[in-house]
Amino acid sequence: MAEITGNPEGSVPEGGILTLRVARYDPERDRAARPQEWKVKILPGMTVLDALFAVKEEQDGSLAFRCSCRMGVCGSCGMFINGKPRLACNTQVNELGPVVEVAPLPNHDAIKDLVPDLALTFRRHRAVLPYIIRNDVAEMESPTREFGQTPEELARYVQFSYCLKCSLCLAACPTVSTSEQFLGPQALAQAYRFVADTRDAGLGERAGVVDASHGVFGCHLAGACSEACPKGVDPALGIQLLKRSLFVGPPHRAPAQVVSAFPEGYRTPEAAERPKAPPPSV
Amino acid sequence: MVAEAQTPVRTQVPSRLSMRLGLRGWVYAGRYPAERYLYILHRLCGLGLILYLPLHVWVTGRRLQGPEAWQQTMAILSRPVFVAGEILVLAAFVFHAINGFRLLFGHLGCALGRPEYPVYPYPVALHRQRRLTTALMVLAGAFLAAGVWGLLTK
Repeated sequence: MAEITGNPEGSVPEGGILTLRVARYDPERDRAARPQEWKVKILPGMTVLDALFAVKEEQDGSLAFRCSCRMGVCGSCGMFINGKPRLACNTQVNELGPVVEVAPLPNHDAIKDLVPDLALTFRRHRAVLPYIIRNDVAEMESPTREFGQTPEELARYVQFSYCLKCSLCLAACPTVSTSEQFLGPQALAQAYRFVADTRDAGLGERAGVVDASHGVFGCHLAGACSEACPKGVDPALGIQLLKRSLFVGPPHRAPAQVVSAFPEGYRTPEAAERPKAPPPSV
Repeated sequence: MVAEAQTPVRTQVPSRLSMRLGLRGWVYAGRYPAERYLYILHRLCGLGLILYLPLHVWVTGRRLQGPEAWQQTMAILSRPVFVAGEILVLAAFVFHAINGFRLLFGHLGCALGRPEYPVYPYPVALHRQRRLTTALMVLAGAFLAAGVWGLLTK
């Protein structure tokens, strides 16, 4: 999310009552989602996840949702909250107004209540070969030294390495909503994350997967994925840069080579030449 | 077989609820910013132009049937409803062409800036393209205004 999505006019003060409207689904008895409402007392700093926990602990223990870290790092609690895909733990209820509507992530299957099936997201992620690919197999199998990379080279892809795999971008993407074949913003941005890594030489291998109508060319630059991303990964930018890489090659001309090993315990080779501290006298 | 018989069998396999939005995911932009609405408009204009194409071919094909058929067709097309339709086609064409340039720049990674460290408030490449987007939309508006003026004063 690029902007603060606060709604001070519609917000409810601490101590007020929040209406939590959840689209529920029980695979044992439901054929479609059914809405259910609860009233929750707003506490200081309460997030949507806190409100769901308040319901689960005090009103309805059968409510199902997925979460882990509660601090916007693990990406488990992606939900459709007041019309946008968001992380429940990262969304304060006082930004949302007196009624908070929560539904499972769009463009995914719901397993139960607010628990989405992310298996397809992970399959798409694996499809783009999300790891360093090099030709010097011996060095990869038995590394002897480090591969050199400058801070400037790191900056070319580090933004995309913050991906949580929370799947919010897929929930926001209009192409994913109609095409199950489309790899989606998450996987394509991760493909670029490795293509732009100076240690990588795998563009050719990845092109077999991403250079297709259901690959990068399924993206029509609606930009919703980047608006939904809770970590500022900007998948739309990654996909466009991946398209450019398919035309003109990766940002680096040749994969980084191994660097000269520094003496053990030194950060620069010159450090070994400097005079050492005298031995302790006590 | 015995082991199978002892295994609890579910009478009903739990199903999954598909939350796929389908076409609604294309045409409803909800609370997303301008670029998401431009996406919808671009597709609708493209669809409109494709639907217009057979009509255009039929109209120009009338020329082959002689001057009388052509004059007859032109008389029909000069009715206000068809003039309004022409203006809509012109608007769709101008927007689709000029927004197409914006998309072309974007697809080639131009005017989007470089990747940055994601520091809150997080950078979004399409926001960096807003000046270009605004300029192109103003240009589209100018072309449309000139075209409408030409259509109405011919």
